[in-house]
Formats: sequence, structure tokens, C-alpha cells
Amino acid sequence: MSDETSAERVVEAGQAAPATQVDEAAASITPRDAGNWAAKVDRLSVADEVSGFGYNVAGRRVAGPHQGFGRLWQRTYSVDLGSAVGPQELVADWRAHFGDFWPKGGVFHGALTGIEPGAVAPLEVGGGRGPKLATGVLVLYADDESFTFMTPEGHMFASMITFSGEEADGATTARIRILLRTSDPLFELGWPIMKRAEDTFWSGTLRNLAASHGVDDVHVQEESECLDRQRLWKNWRNVWHNAGIRSAWHIVTAPFRSQKSATGA
Amino acid sequence: MAVPKLTVNVRTAAPGAAVIEIHGEVTAASENALMSAHEQATDSGARLVVLDFSGLEYMNSGGIGMLVTLLVRAQRRQQRLAAIGLSDHYRQIFELTRLDEAIALHADEASALTAA
Repeated sequence: MSDETSAERVVEAGQAAPATQVDEAAASITPRDAGNWAAKVDRLSVADEVSGFGYNVAGRRVAGPHQGFGRLWQRTYSVDLGSAVGPQELVADWRAHFGDFWPKGGVFHGALTGIEPGAVAPLEVGGGRGPKLATGVLVLYADDESFTFMTPEGHMFASMITFSGEEADGATTARIRILLRTSDPLFELGWPIMKRAEDTFWSGTLRNLAASHGVDDVHVQEESECLDRQRLWKNWRNVWHNAGIRSAWHIVTAPFRSQKSATGA
Repeated sequence: MAVPKLTVNVRTAAPGAAVIEIHGEVTAASENALMSAHEQATDSGARLVVLDFSGLEYMNSGGIGMLVTLLVRAQRRQQRLAAIGLSDHYRQIFELTRLDEAIALHADEASALTAA
């Protein structure tokens, strides 16, 4: 393609406004979603009160599906709550008590003020009483009917996770939609197990959410679609940030850190 | 079912390059409109697809998620995606989500075509 010719043709056809006009016009408008998005940050920082849990989050960048390694999946979990609660009331409650709806095995160290755009929350996941994997999320977006997390480098998944309340025919549906790739080759190896753990975890979350609104014995609908079977081998080095390895190292070296701080070294 | 408040227009900007002009709201509800536009651009033989966001009025996280899936579709077809006409606000969202690492951001159509 001749770039110069292409550019000339566009201008001649009068189909594109001059760049400066476009830029000035665009910059002068504040869209109504402006307050719903996290402010741009290059690296994540963790609030002091939860910094002890944020060692795999502080200083990391976020990682979306295109920064991950494994196949791209869209996984959706939804539950019908009928007329027990409206979408906005549901999402307000979900945002205010997010960690309370998690099943056993996960601890969400969110702010007491709830889910707000730009907040960074460390979290711990893992079964039983054994060691847990420490990671976290950035609240990328939040409005009255949905909120979205984005994961940091090293998290099991390079992903966006959207939680929403949706209304149709007078009934409210609570939905969790995850767009993910595993972050690195090690997590990709563990995907068959993690996939089942994910299903159990998010289904449990929706059951707890439903129960809190007086809806018991719900059926959680699960859908899983592989959007891209390609693995992104260019991102295999993500293993350097692997939160599983780093959490294990953090636990193993804990006695030495304690000793160091006790001696004031 | 949410009603999409989006209109799209597809045009050929140069041989092998199509522009998808986006006006209105980009949310999960606009998936059909945007994917159809991408099909139209693909059918025209585009190897470069330029998304013109000059008319973008609103985008939520569902919209960003949809752009991720659009990106995958384009990559599967060996197409490159570029974006133009982003306001500072939306440019920052692209940077925050690191979509700018996969979708090249340009000030205008001419520079997007020149960079191709």
C-alpha cells in the first residue's frame, strides 16, 4: 500500500476532518462514563492497611487477556433472582459487600468503602487451611449496574472480570463474565484443575449472593466459550511474575524476614 | 435486552485499508453492530482496520471487553487494528488496559495509514 497516496486520497475525498479539529473537539467533551473508570496508572500501588497482603500486586502492571499466555476463554456464570431485587440494588449490595459473598477458600482484602474505580484489592486464594496464593485486582470500572476487575501481572489469569445485574421481563439476573487467558505456561498446565476450581468458586459466590437476597436453591448457569485457541508464546516470560511461585517463596522466607526485622537489620 | 445506541459506517480508505466509523455508545450490546462492520471490512479485503472513535460518546467495560474479542478476530485474519479520534479520556482507558499495545493509536487517519 502506498501510504502517501492513501493519505492524500482521504483528504481529497473530504472524508476526514483535520486532525487538530478532531483533537480539540474530542478533548473538550467530558463523557458521562468519566467517573466510572479508574484513573490511568502505570503500576499498581496498595493501600497501607492491606499492604501486607499486596506483595504480589504492588509495583505490578495490570495484564489484560492480550498480555496473557493461554487460550482465550469467555466464561459466564449467571443466576436468576426473579423479582427479589432490582439490578441497581443488587449491584450496590455486591459492591458494598463483595468479599462477604466469596465462598470459603478466598479472602478479599478490599476497602471498607466497597468497590470503587481505581481501588486495588489484594486477595488470597487456595483451598483448605494450607498456604494461599496471594494476588489482587484493580477495580477498572464501576457503575450502577456493573463493575469490572482487571488482574495484575503474575495473577493466575490475565483477565477482565465483569459483575453485573441485568433486568429482563421483570426479572433480575446476576452475572459474572470473565474474559481470560492463563498468564503463563505453568498456569496453563494447571488450567484443567483451575477451571473446575473457578466453576466452584464463582457458582458459590452467586449462590451466596442470591441467598443474601432471600433466593435459595438457585441454579447457576455456566457457559464457557473458547474465543482463541492460540497460545501467545511471546508472553511465556510472564512466568517470572508467577504469583504461585512468588507466594511460595514469600512463605518459605518468612522466618528469615522476621529474624531480620527483630534484629533491626 | 439492551438496545444498542451505536451506529457504524464502514468505508475503504485505501487499498487494503478500511475505516470503521463509530458513533454513539460502545457497550456489550453493540457487539453485533461492530462485528458486522468488521465482517464488512474483511470482505473488502482490508489488512488494516482503522477504528474511528471520533463519534464515541460512551463506553463501559463491556465495550472494552468487546474490543478485546474484536482484536482476536482481527489477529486471526492477519489484520492489524488501529484507532483514531480518541479523546484524552478514552486514550487513557486504552493505555490503562494496555489495549494500546495491541491496537495502535494514531492522531488521525492519515497517520494511521502512513504507519501501515
